[in-house]
Amino acid sequence: MAQAAAVGTAQQYNYDIVKKFAIMALVWGVLGMSVGTYIASELAFPFLNFDIPYITFGRLRPVHTTLVIFGFGGSALFATSYYVVQRTCQTRLWSDFLANFTFWGWQVGVAAGALSYMLGYSQGREYAEFEWPLDIAIAVVWVAYFVVYVQTLRRRSQPHIYVANWFYLAFILATALLHIFNNLAVPVDLFTLKSYSLFSGAQDAMTQWWYGHNAVGFFLTAAFLGMMYYFVPKQAGRPVYSYRLSIIHFWALIFLYMWVGTHHLHWTAIPDWTSTLAATFSILLLMPSWGGMINGIMTLSGAWDKLRSDPIMLFLITSLSFYGMSTFEGPMMSLKSVNALSHYTDWTVGHVHSGALGWVAMVSFGSMYHLIPRLYDTKIYSTRLIYVHFWLATIGIVLYITSMWVSGIGQGLLLRAFDEYGNLAYTFVESVAFMHIPLVVRALGGGFFVAGILTMAYNVTMTILRAKREQAEIEAKIAAKMAASA
Amino acid sequence: MIKHESIETNAGLLIILTLVAISIGGLVEIVPLFYINDTVEDVRTKEGYEAVRPYTPLESAGRDIYIREGCFLCHSQMIRPFRDEDLRYGHYSLAAESKYDHPFQWGSKRTGPDLARVGGKYSNEWHVQHMIAPRSVVPESIMPNYPWLLENELHYADIKKRLIAQKRVGVPYSLTDEEYEENVKRFGPEVAKWLDINRAEENLLAQAQANNYDGKPEKLTEMDALIAYLQVLGTMVDFKQYDESYFVKFRVSKAGGTDSE
Repeated sequence: MAQAAAVGTAQQYNYDIVKKFAIMALVWGVLGMSVGTYIASELAFPFLNFDIPYITFGRLRPVHTTLVIFGFGGSALFATSYYVVQRTCQTRLWSDFLANFTFWGWQVGVAAGALSYMLGYSQGREYAEFEWPLDIAIAVVWVAYFVVYVQTLRRRSQPHIYVANWFYLAFILATALLHIFNNLAVPVDLFTLKSYSLFSGAQDAMTQWWYGHNAVGFFLTAAFLGMMYYFVPKQAGRPVYSYRLSIIHFWALIFLYMWVGTHHLHWTAIPDWTSTLAATFSILLLMPSWGGMINGIMTLSGAWDKLRSDPIMLFLITSLSFYGMSTFEGPMMSLKSVNALSHYTDWTVGHVHSGALGWVAMVSFGSMYHLIPRLYDTKIYSTRLIYVHFWLATIGIVLYITSMWVSGIGQGLLLRAFDEYGNLAYTFVESVAFMHIPLVVRALGGGFFVAGILTMAYNVTMTILRAKREQAEIEAKIAAKMAASA
Repeated sequence: MIKHESIETNAGLLIILTLVAISIGGLVEIVPLFYINDTVEDVRTKEGYEAVRPYTPLESAGRDIYIREGCFLCHSQMIRPFRDEDLRYGHYSLAAESKYDHPFQWGSKRTGPDLARVGGKYSNEWHVQHMIAPRSVVPESIMPNYPWLLENELHYADIKKRLIAQKRVGVPYSLTDEEYEENVKRFGPEVAKWLDINRAEENLLAQAQANNYDGKPEKLTEMDALIAYLQVLGTMVDFKQYDESYFVKFRVSKAGGTDSE
């Protein structure tokens, strides 16, 4: 009976594409986080640059960010969005061909991007380092993604579009807008990768941080909220806490995010009013952010005991807690007086990682632990290893963000300290020396996090192998029966 | 009043309203900057020419190396208007000083110090030594060694194309006689000749030979270009010519209040 149902869903839905993206999310996750830990170690122990151009910090850092944001995060979003849109619309994904095109396009794009940075090709703008041919390829893939997604929505067998899909849709639309406008550039010629951005100086800075912040807002927040809105209620076995809250916080979130990018440019050579406006909206943004967090966590209301018995729930609820924490820290850091200290320091790096590791990665891990056994119609290989992963990840994050607070706030304070005569109390390099121990601890935290995702990769591999074995056994039984009856 | 249900059941309407919601904020933030000329300061030399000029071919080649190596990931080029930064780095950065920077390299992190005014602070010899082995001059430094910059010959075969591409995005390099004359008026005859794309290769070689940045006169290396770029950073504006209040008005509009330090 269970077997019959599984065969039914496999035909009804395109699970193949979801599996491929989910596996690649893990592959990029392992690679990207390992590179992250390596470059963190380079900062703690600079000999690790080994005088090899391709692996110096400056070239590997975009490799790290691209692999984790676009490789890991992007693949996790493709996987879950393709799964969620099919399940909630109760229809098959619109075009297998186009869906496959998005898969190969995305994977090749991420890999080519990472290699190109190591070879020294970069647009020189954070999180938008892809050079122009890759930008065009990505734009094409993205349009295909939009078409597949919307066409699937249009043939839904439900009148309502479920809330998770609103978030995925906003993410797809906003990312297209950001990607295209921020990457306007003129290439040196058609046969080189090198290009020069269309905008310059202050305008370029404004465009880049409009992009940069909304990459966080839509790619790393709205989309993962979409993930949360499907997987948290599913795993909890309860409906979303408040339908009304989901409406309010959706519209408020997507409206407000676009106003705040300039808080990355406080005290720089832009008009003061843009900066003040961004800070104001950053504070307002706290409300929809926490609206989402409350809606997610309260979904567990009445089933809190699951936190004791279900490690997947632990991942999901912890991710929402980190989401709440980093969306409180963010507005605080966007205040000009706080930013004067925090900007340019490791505090920012720590803040990003409390969101990226605590929220984005943890909610993805939880969702994938829910998803993968269902895709392969089996049970997870080891629940105990999920607990192991959870604790490795949590300890890693705590080490990471606390060490970055010490390093960042410490450096900020050292650099603005004066002696009794009003001279600078410390040289710049004294602040670098001070940062050594926090940088070592941060690399260690990264190591814990990598150990966690390696544990997951092992667990998932064993789960898939077991599913294949079970499938083979069933097929053998059926074959035997057929042979006997014939 | 429209019920939210009508949005939830109509994919087209959901898409349109989402687009409206996400477009407003971005437009409010960015669009005014393209129309407000006041954003970029007007700074002049003693002779009345524009003080901030495009990079020479050699400096531009150096800047491309700076971007290639990802220097901006650890070094900002944006000094903020604080007392400690003023003492450490110099006058706060003007928008005008990066107006020919495609892309901007303000950066977001100072793992190393700000470089907006590093030009002229250290000798060329110091820079060469610091690039190939940073810890030999600053023991606590965590910067990678960049020995290949001194080994790699500078690739400049496409320098004209690179300047033409920058010209296309608005940097006033000259190709025609009229453009050259225009540059003479804007930047003075001395500077104008460095901005002539037709003479790009010859200018590049001349600057490298005259200054011998890398200490190896027989060889034109990537180090020559990178140091040429570093040595010009922050040196174009002569701040002694201006009263401080002159710059403030570009950041703080008359209508709006200010909450500066």
